[in-house]
Amino acid sequence: MASVTVFVPRDAAALSLGAEEVAQAIAAEADARKIDITIVRNGTRGMVWLEPLVEVALSNGRVGYGPVSASDVRSLFDADFLQGGRHALNVGPVEKIPYFATQQRLTFARVGVTDPVSLEDYIAHDGYQGLMRSLSLGPADIIKEVTDSGLRGRGGAAFPTGIKWKTVADAPADQKYVTCNADEGDSGTFADRMLMEGDPFCLIEGMTIAAIAVGATEGYIYLRCEYPHAHRALNAAIEAAYAEDYLGDNIRGSGKQFSLAVRLGAGAYICGEETSMLESLEGKRGEIRPRPPLPAIKGLFGRPTIVNNVMSLASVPIILQKGGEFHKHFGVGRSRGTLTVQLGGNIKRGGLIEKAFGVTLREILYDYGGGSATGRPIRAVQVGGPLGAYLPESQFDTPLDYEAFANIQAMLGHGGIVAFDDTVDMAQMARYAMEFCAIESCGKCTPCRIGSTRGVEVMDRVISGQNREFHLTLVEELCDTMLNGSLCGLGGLVPYPVQSAMRHFRADFLK
Amino acid sequence: MSSLDPKATEVVAGVVSRLKDKPGALLPILHAVQDALGYIPPAAVPIIADGLNLSRAEVHGVISFYHYFRDTKPGRHTIHLCRAEACQSMNQKATETHAKQTLGVDYHGTTANGTFTFEPVYCLGNCACSPAMMVDGELYGRVTPQRFDDIVSKWEKQ
Repeated sequence: MASVTVFVPRDAAALSLGAEEVAQAIAAEADARKIDITIVRNGTRGMVWLEPLVEVALSNGRVGYGPVSASDVRSLFDADFLQGGRHALNVGPVEKIPYFATQQRLTFARVGVTDPVSLEDYIAHDGYQGLMRSLSLGPADIIKEVTDSGLRGRGGAAFPTGIKWKTVADAPADQKYVTCNADEGDSGTFADRMLMEGDPFCLIEGMTIAAIAVGATEGYIYLRCEYPHAHRALNAAIEAAYAEDYLGDNIRGSGKQFSLAVRLGAGAYICGEETSMLESLEGKRGEIRPRPPLPAIKGLFGRPTIVNNVMSLASVPIILQKGGEFHKHFGVGRSRGTLTVQLGGNIKRGGLIEKAFGVTLREILYDYGGGSATGRPIRAVQVGGPLGAYLPESQFDTPLDYEAFANIQAMLGHGGIVAFDDTVDMAQMARYAMEFCAIESCGKCTPCRIGSTRGVEVMDRVISGQNREFHLTLVEELCDTMLNGSLCGLGGLVPYPVQSAMRHFRADFLK
Repeated sequence: MSSLDPKATEVVAGVVSRLKDKPGALLPILHAVQDALGYIPPAAVPIIADGLNLSRAEVHGVISFYHYFRDTKPGRHTIHLCRAEACQSMNQKATETHAKQTLGVDYHGTTANGTFTFEPVYCLGNCACSPAMMVDGELYGRVTPQRFDDIVSKWEKQ
């Protein structure tokens, strides 16, 4: 009998729920029963509630079992799971699970499918086709494809990627850089992590295309140190890419040059702000730089630099492979392509959902998420990380697109959605937003550095009921100062969660 | 400032000479020192500053800016408990209270027997199975107080 291939994810979320023990138990049990199997450690399909999700490759597709714990392994063998046998944990063909089947996976097409650190597997699944086409197109046409695609920065600011690239391409310099902002510090976000762990070559390919487009020869991935699994996956993939000339002095014989390395952050949220990230890459305190000059003109070591988020760069290979028009076909209004929604917090079926822009929050929370994990009503949802607004139930029909969110004084950001049930105390969440800002402020500007600390103090007075109306007015005034007076998006956006909590959940501030 | 023992001095000097020519070398050097020694001893600062032609104040300023770098010796294992919103929505508070009580320390503290250092962290990217925790780079999800005990007792033996 030919060896059966069994997939057990190596994604950190799956590992955090026992995937390593499951993989070991499967190997041991197969050994004991003298069954020949091949275990592939894939990325996650993003259905975190099913993790660890074990998949078996059958002639007609992959069948899943989940969530599997090591103690289930013997019974899986007894149920002949290697032939897709019946078992309480059998979830059927994985790609037919509605949560997965209804997604539009462009950026995440390979994540969960392939062996993340196998270059061979990557190429067998359409990998590096975007780069090969880019090499024949040349810089101007690459930038045209990216511009035509309508791709906007997925880190949160939604700036058109093509315009940013053109600015760097047009800036004369002896040295240019491509940097990837992989400092995914927003609570509720994990798309970057899943992509880097589940398909690191996709990011590397995107950065290589960017380098060719703008004439850069050096690149850095600025990765947060909280992501050791992604660090290992990226380093393994970079090494493999060098070995086959997909990186280095002569990329696939084209004469083009691009060297790439990972640099680790050190636990500072502010380094997700692009100028602060550049300071950190230069080996300094991550204090933000006033703009202008833009990083595209004067970035890393004072040279023209692309700073793009992981999702933006990982969207590039498929755009170059299939063309800008293909990508533009997805989405609504000025939000083109797909959004990688990350659903987390108090939710029954959390995970990653890649959908064209325009799906509503309610569809995500209930059709995908299945409501809260605790079974209680979902009362509030924070979208876009710790600096994103809190939305009440009455706003759940808002479609996920940049402009629709801007219209309700909220922001889509990096697509993280955190659900809270009705036990949440929104005054405490508002206080926490200020506390977080105080802990993470780089200290460069006064509204953020001092304002956040004063914000915590004033919120404490509100919560303890001292002269409440006066202090609530003071919070509003403080938010106004921070919003308009801060140098960057940390102090400038922290009023979003605070003011939205006060606007929509006033009763919590008057208890 | 207490001086470094000869072995640690050698480690720091080795790291500096290996990495100092990288562009923006300071963070890679600090990471390498902390990886090797568990922390960045204050006595290592002059060696690093000298190697990079920076002032000691500049090096100290970078170390103190980043939450991850530490200038005191940590416990045998470091626990990072996530405090961010997604974890809070799944009753992180209960795990936090329990952890502080069980370990007998507050955040940034090290247990009396030197086994654990307890640190807060703001998101581990495991928000679909909150609350999350990391011990020496190993990630855990759905960390209830009970599960916290199980994890801690496993690491205690290592």
